[in-house]
Amino acid sequence: MKRLVLLALLVSGNALAQVKIGELNSYKMFPAFLEPYRKGMELALEEINASGGVLGRKLELVARDDGGNPGDAVRVAEELLARDKVTVLMGTFASHVGLAVSNLAAQRKVLFIASEPLTDKIVWDSGNRYTFRLRPSTYMQTAMLIPEAVKLKKKRWAIVYPNYEYGQSATASFKKLLKAAQPDVEFVAEQAPPLGKIDAGAVVQALADAKPDAIFSSLFAADLQKFVREGNTRGLFRDRTVLNLLAGEPEYLDTLKEETPEGWWVTGYPWAEIQTPEHRKFREAYRKRWNDYPRQGSVVGYSAVYAVANAVRRAGSADTEKLVEAMKGLEMSTPFGPIAWRPLDHQSTMGAFVGQLARKDGRGVMVNWRFADGANYLPPIEEVNQLRKQ
Amino acid sequence: MGWGSVFIQFLNGLAGASSLFLVAAGLSLIFGVSRIVNFAHGSLYMLGMYAAVWLSSRVGFWAALPLAALGVGALGSVLEIAVLRRIYRAAELLQLLATFAVVLLLRDGALWLWGPEDLLGPRAPGLAGAVQIAGRAFPQYDLLLIAIGPAVLLALHLLLTRTRWGVLVRAASEDREMAGALGVNQKWLFTGVFALGAFLAGLGGALDIPREPATLNVDLQVVSDAFVVVVVGGLGSIPGAFLAALLIAEVKAFCIGLGWSGATLVAEFVVMAAVLVLRPWGLLGRPQPAEPQPAQIPGRLARPGRRLLAAGSLIVLALGLVPLAFPGYATVLLADVLVFALFAASLHFLMGPGGVPSFGHAAYFGVGAYAAGMLVLNRIAPMELALGLAPLAAGAAALVFGWFCVRLSGVYAAMLTLAFAQIAWSAAYQWDALTGGSNGLVGLWPAAWLSAGSAYYLLTLLLCSAGIGLLWWLVHTPFGYALRASRDSPRRAEASGIDVRGMQWAAFVAAGLGAGIAGALFAFSKGSISPETLGIQRSIDGLVMVLLGGLHTLTGPVWGAALFTWLQDAAARSFEYWRAATGAIVLALVLLLPGGIGSLRGPRP
Repeated sequence: MKRLVLLALLVSGNALAQVKIGELNSYKMFPAFLEPYRKGMELALEEINASGGVLGRKLELVARDDGGNPGDAVRVAEELLARDKVTVLMGTFASHVGLAVSNLAAQRKVLFIASEPLTDKIVWDSGNRYTFRLRPSTYMQTAMLIPEAVKLKKKRWAIVYPNYEYGQSATASFKKLLKAAQPDVEFVAEQAPPLGKIDAGAVVQALADAKPDAIFSSLFAADLQKFVREGNTRGLFRDRTVLNLLAGEPEYLDTLKEETPEGWWVTGYPWAEIQTPEHRKFREAYRKRWNDYPRQGSVVGYSAVYAVANAVRRAGSADTEKLVEAMKGLEMSTPFGPIAWRPLDHQSTMGAFVGQLARKDGRGVMVNWRFADGANYLPPIEEVNQLRKQ
Repeated sequence: MGWGSVFIQFLNGLAGASSLFLVAAGLSLIFGVSRIVNFAHGSLYMLGMYAAVWLSSRVGFWAALPLAALGVGALGSVLEIAVLRRIYRAAELLQLLATFAVVLLLRDGALWLWGPEDLLGPRAPGLAGAVQIAGRAFPQYDLLLIAIGPAVLLALHLLLTRTRWGVLVRAASEDREMAGALGVNQKWLFTGVFALGAFLAGLGGALDIPREPATLNVDLQVVSDAFVVVVVGGLGSIPGAFLAALLIAEVKAFCIGLGWSGATLVAEFVVMAAVLVLRPWGLLGRPQPAEPQPAQIPGRLARPGRRLLAAGSLIVLALGLVPLAFPGYATVLLADVLVFALFAASLHFLMGPGGVPSFGHAAYFGVGAYAAGMLVLNRIAPMELALGLAPLAAGAAALVFGWFCVRLSGVYAAMLTLAFAQIAWSAAYQWDALTGGSNGLVGLWPAAWLSAGSAYYLLTLLLCSAGIGLLWWLVHTPFGYALRASRDSPRRAEASGIDVRGMQWAAFVAAGLGAGIAGALFAFSKGSISPETLGIQRSIDGLVMVLLGGLHTLTGPVWGAALFTWLQDAAARSFEYWRAATGAIVLALVLLLPGGIGSLRGPRP
């Protein structure tokens, strides 16, 4: 970040009017996701400025740590607006921080691109004119796994999720959608361990005692690793299919190594195998710049910066109200293919990859994967309108 | 639950208890001898994990465990010699501040050394599989853990009762000064005990690597669990720590087994609250002397003179003019500073003049914030009225919690405040319909006439300076004198007809009201609140502000709040490793100004 700020200072020396992105994120709290995210942003920034910037101006990025809590995040956002005079706000990771900044954006009337938070509320129940969200939400990613869940034709399901909004809403959506598609389904056990503090042995045992046919999990990071290891040792996954949101993202999958459970259906990012031209171009550029492979966070950071650049180009101006109008219905290309920003609820149609986990040379990979276009996994328009009205 | 699963969950609890016990035993030993509340104990556990994972790919798993633990033990002795040894004579809680700085340094150090990704350790060679127990697969390694807990307990018991070193350690825990007078070299004794405690923490971390990945966030989780175990068991009691670890781990395992997994969020704090209410000294602890040692009684707190009052009014006036001179971000940051100054001043009122240490003051800040939010969002009251009513909710919470807390003293009272704060936190976190759950409440802005320009900043300035002024005034009323008498000499105060507990209870409520005003102001300045407003981190921040400023000065905590808020803001902007930068500065201040920055202003009478 220091480098970024220095860069920002250097660039601002020869200032014509610039377009400034005020990026805030919990870099030191979730470094595993946000280090690659930052690298993705910087790559996009360099590409855009090398090709002449936007509207003949240089695109500039001011990145700040939001401390990982809403109180500090709102203060940092205020500082970006007041002191750095940024054109747009961007970033945030945890849902509650994202919601707080989105709320500030509506109050201060400034465009906010929520790049990472997954909460459904940020575009629906608590959606507002100034907030747009890039990633497929908890609901969308859950919906992407539903076809696989239905195909399994299992009756008894157990559910495990981290005890906060993301896990709760994933669970609620899963139950609702699966029940609609398969009315005879039974949910035989539910475990909600505290985020980051799963008591994996006891949880695995309690799930096994319920004798489910299949398991739906939204655990991630350290919780997922503990759950997988205990489940492997205690035979929880023998003859049972598991569906796990996000577990195919390199940030979480790569830490599992030999422990990777085979056959799980997950959402994620099989970076090595996606051979579309836009992804190959991105992957090679990323490798060349950072000497590393891209993670999910890299794609999010990269695409978020491009979203701002494209919005400014489309608006032909850095004026907030014009930018908001330009964001509505904006179509653009990302490493995952083309996306559109829905005017209806400001959700982008970015998708995710759905596939199965497998082990290959001692590390986890995704196989049998397909791309799930986000546009196909959103609730009907009437439902969204109902939610946004509240 | 069938009997088979009851038995397995019981074994799960036993396995979980072992590493918890190792960490807690180290914490308890250190506290028993040197009276240091070692906040960095969880960080030592975290280092044990990282070191063990790193070493096991080089020297093999079984060799890595003792090596990692020894390495952490060695680091512990370095910490003791370089930092803690210099501040044993300072106010009791100052060591807490020093170890807090160490937490920040070690976390960023680990991030720098080992990178951001979680490191999942290897399985234990030879114990990688499972055995069949009651028709279920149970990890072999967990059986080893189950055995290690009691083994360490026995080893510590023998060490403390059968060796000369152990006798000296016990002598020093009984009566430090007497042990010193008899020619025991306390320096090396303290270093040795700290190293042993660090070794145990490192060993606990290393032993856990087949079960959990090494992550950076584990430090504060572990230290709060270990504190709870130590307090439930009774401070300084090793068998007590063992019993408490067992109790808490079993309660958690059975909450999960019975399907009440949501309850594990606060299980240990509910257990702690229950134990402390029923047994104020923990399960196996012994009552501590209630009468403070003469050395611990702070100097007289002078009544603010005219010059100080004039200076204070000038500062408030100057702050009122800031929006004219520096519009923009200055008032945003200053509003935070003011809110936290009031928060710190209210905590100081309770801890300094009141003599009741609190590790859970964020509860009242948070209750004030949530009450304000709920009143406005449910359209029960307009924003202005909500701002007035919310502190009453915080005061009411303090009235209830305080009643229990003033029945205890010292660290026990502090831990009970923490338990209540955590219970309040979990209510806010899980009661979706009322509090918005983990996302919190969104959309709380000041009324239109207050949103314009710097109106809200001026209101914040007005209310915070009035609140701080009132608290300072209270210290010098007859109530304040009775409160300080109760702190300095409870028995004599009682003999002169002062209701000691009643005074402390009243102090609790006054502090709760002050924190509630701060919380409500905070809610409307941010536009949203989430459970973090009453989380442990906020309580710790308050403690740091008070201790940085100086516990036994009047104005210090306000300066401490200003310095700490500004420091975090500035460090986050200027340094990539801003936590470490904050930690280093706090540590330097502790070593240079052990009386707090409030003591800079000339010698105290």
